[in-house]
Amino acid sequence: MGIINLVSSLFITIGALSIIVGLLGVYRMPDFYTRLHAASIIDTLGAMLILFGLILYYGLNIVSLKLLLILIFILITTPTAAHALAKSALHGNLKPILKDD
Amino acid sequence: MFEIPTFIILFAMLLALVLAIISKTIYDKILAVNIFGTITVLFIVLFGFLTKRPDFLDIALVYALINFISTIAILKFFEYGDISRSSTKNEQGDI
Repeated sequence: MGIINLVSSLFITIGALSIIVGLLGVYRMPDFYTRLHAASIIDTLGAMLILFGLILYYGLNIVSLKLLLILIFILITTPTAAHALAKSALHGNLKPILKDD
Repeated sequence: MFEIPTFIILFAMLLALVLAIISKTIYDKILAVNIFGTITVLFIVLFGFLTKRPDFLDIALVYALINFISTIAILKFFEYGDISRSSTKNEQGDI
């Protein structure tokens, strides 16, 4: 009861704070492509920590199976969406800021 | 134990909405809406555990899939000007 609840609430809180960190990165970065890089923190670190903390809190039953399914879906779909977004922006003539500029 | 992360995530949703409003190009707006959808999935999950009704997980699962499909569809619309058009030469389409 005690130590597992503590560890899972620590995971969930760190996950929520890393979502805030990713959003701050999206606000502060100068370019679209670097903003996309900062937004990936939300999709991977934040979602993984929160869902893994909830799995640890609930133990092994049908609820944690659904949580694992959500985790797998998020880990498959959000990098695909980020890749499509970067490819579409590059085709739409959005130039990245290079070092020489 | 779920109250503080739920409020942090609500604040993050507010930040993502403000980002979608104030950003300039269309790709920044699509990125902000994508971030908002991901945070919404996590908020639905945490809200289900907060009110002790984990049945909300099914809704979160459906919302994750709809978020991905809508992002891909909007990107295809802005890249080709048409959702049903094929990006390659064959007539079958590529979805």
